[in-house]
Amino acid sequence: MSTATTGMSTKRRNGAGSKRQNGAGAKSETNGRQRQRWLPWAFLAPTILGMGLFTLVPIVASVVLAFFRWDIISAPSFVGFDNFAEVVQDPTVRVSFLNTILFVVVAVALQLGLALALAIMVQEKLPTWLRVFFRSAFFFPLILSAASVSIFMRYLFNEQFGVVNWLLSFVGIPAVPWLTTPAGSAAVVILVYVWQNFGFSFLLFIGGLASIPIETYEAASIDGATGWRKHLHVTLPLLSPTTLVASVMAIINALQVFDQPYVLTRGGPGDSTRTAVMVIFESAFQRLEFGQASAIGVILTLIIMAITAAQFRLSKRFVFYQ
Amino acid sequence: MTTTSTQRAVVDRLASQGPAPRKKRNWSMAGRIVLLLIASVFILGPVLWTLSTSLRPPAESFQLPPSFLPLNPDFSSYDQVFKQLNIMLLVLNSALVTGLIAVGQMFTAALAGYAFANLKFRGRGALFSIVLATMMVPAQVTIVPVFMLIRGIGLSDTLLALILPAIPTAFGTFLMRQYFLGLPSDLGEAAAIDGASPWRTFRSVYAPLAMPGMAIVGILAFNYHWNEFFRPLILTISEQNFTLPLGLVSLQGNLGTGSISVVLAGVILSMIPALVVFMFGQRALRDGLTAGTGK
Repeated sequence: MSTATTGMSTKRRNGAGSKRQNGAGAKSETNGRQRQRWLPWAFLAPTILGMGLFTLVPIVASVVLAFFRWDIISAPSFVGFDNFAEVVQDPTVRVSFLNTILFVVVAVALQLGLALALAIMVQEKLPTWLRVFFRSAFFFPLILSAASVSIFMRYLFNEQFGVVNWLLSFVGIPAVPWLTTPAGSAAVVILVYVWQNFGFSFLLFIGGLASIPIETYEAASIDGATGWRKHLHVTLPLLSPTTLVASVMAIINALQVFDQPYVLTRGGPGDSTRTAVMVIFESAFQRLEFGQASAIGVILTLIIMAITAAQFRLSKRFVFYQ
Repeated sequence: MTTTSTQRAVVDRLASQGPAPRKKRNWSMAGRIVLLLIASVFILGPVLWTLSTSLRPPAESFQLPPSFLPLNPDFSSYDQVFKQLNIMLLVLNSALVTGLIAVGQMFTAALAGYAFANLKFRGRGALFSIVLATMMVPAQVTIVPVFMLIRGIGLSDTLLALILPAIPTAFGTFLMRQYFLGLPSDLGEAAAIDGASPWRTFRSVYAPLAMPGMAIVGILAFNYHWNEFFRPLILTISEQNFTLPLGLVSLQGNLGTGSISVVLAGVILSMIPALVVFMFGQRALRDGLTAGTGK
């Protein structure tokens, strides 16, 4: 959708731009023309040179590097698809990718569900000061660093002294070994991640809900729709473009999860919370296998691109555009 | 505007389903408020616990029942965090890195965004597509070559290694382009007729008007880089170049569970600048975060 708007405004601008050129030409024809040639590039130089050096070259380099064996110390040697073959067979890498996919499915479902439910509740009739308060509260975790959040959450989920188990003891649940068991660790990583990130999807849903015309609801309630049924038949279909954007962004972000598992569990116990980006980090900067790290990165990028493409394709069938 | 027919279909379908609504507005609103309050407690509770625990003496950090309100604040953990961690250096590093990235992004994005919006040149559309496409590739994937490049130009383990690669910004450029497209174009035409050079037109006419957009770019950059952990973890080696999140994580690793209030004091200190941005720039932050999502 954004590309469509972008394209349109570009066209409009082209017309305006040529008009302006004529205006400038009236003063000093040749001089103005010559200056115009290089001038845009002067404006662009910092961004284009910087992005070329620090983004485009590294993208190409990491694809090339995926076909080499290199430990930085000795000279790189070409190994064809060996890195990919090794990586695909490596049990740690496999487990990490499986973990990541499981994490994405659960975390994104929780994040979107929670965000949508809260956004609907906040956008309905509510005193303004309460709406402002709730919006700020749900948005708040976004401004914190994932590392800091993971630091204090680790204490909160401590098995013996943590507040979470203390609270659970009131409802008769015995101390949960959160950070010492695979299932517990995975749950903590997911909960901490969702706690911090659902606010982003919440913001998107708030924006989406605000754009649904109020008459739609009025019409629906005149015809007898109430409560959740109104939302099921009116809100959800009209919100589907927002849901698509929110889920694409949530999935792409969740696929790159690193800070939370790194600080909370270091990937453990065993490999139970190791993620794709964590194995990139470890194979490159702990084992100095830069070629393998690049191969894993290339695979992750391909997965991200495939999911994005698939989601937009699916959307043509299921998304309801106004 | 195809909405009406579909909306009507929805309405028709609903109409066939039920009787007129009963009046229970107030109850449903009260219920909603209760649910939202519970959610807020889950969101704000951990932060309040962090604050009040940081204000307890280190020996009492893990005491149960926990405290959520700092009734008898004790600042010894804050003394400790200054003693055990060179926190002023961490703050200085974080401020320097974040500040320079934010300012750098504001200027480069404004320049590039202006060129993409208001200047004509060959290959503009293609170049802009490339800029947008780079947003698809996660930073974690390019970190290995970036690390090598940084080593190659002799910047490894310096603050510049964190700053320079973060200044060119695809998202900021996109944002500024949108912003300039939203400004009236006759302003530039008028300036050109008055004999202003293109640079002067930008400098004195457009750039001042684009300040709010630049502020969004700056605030977004600040929020992201003040909190970032992955790049500093890889690109800095010696502790004197650590940024705050990195310093705090390593402090947690060094200290036993006995003195968690010290770590939490550090966490609270590191939140202050983000909190200031939250209080004064929340609107800009919200607009920036949701920009380009097709609203």
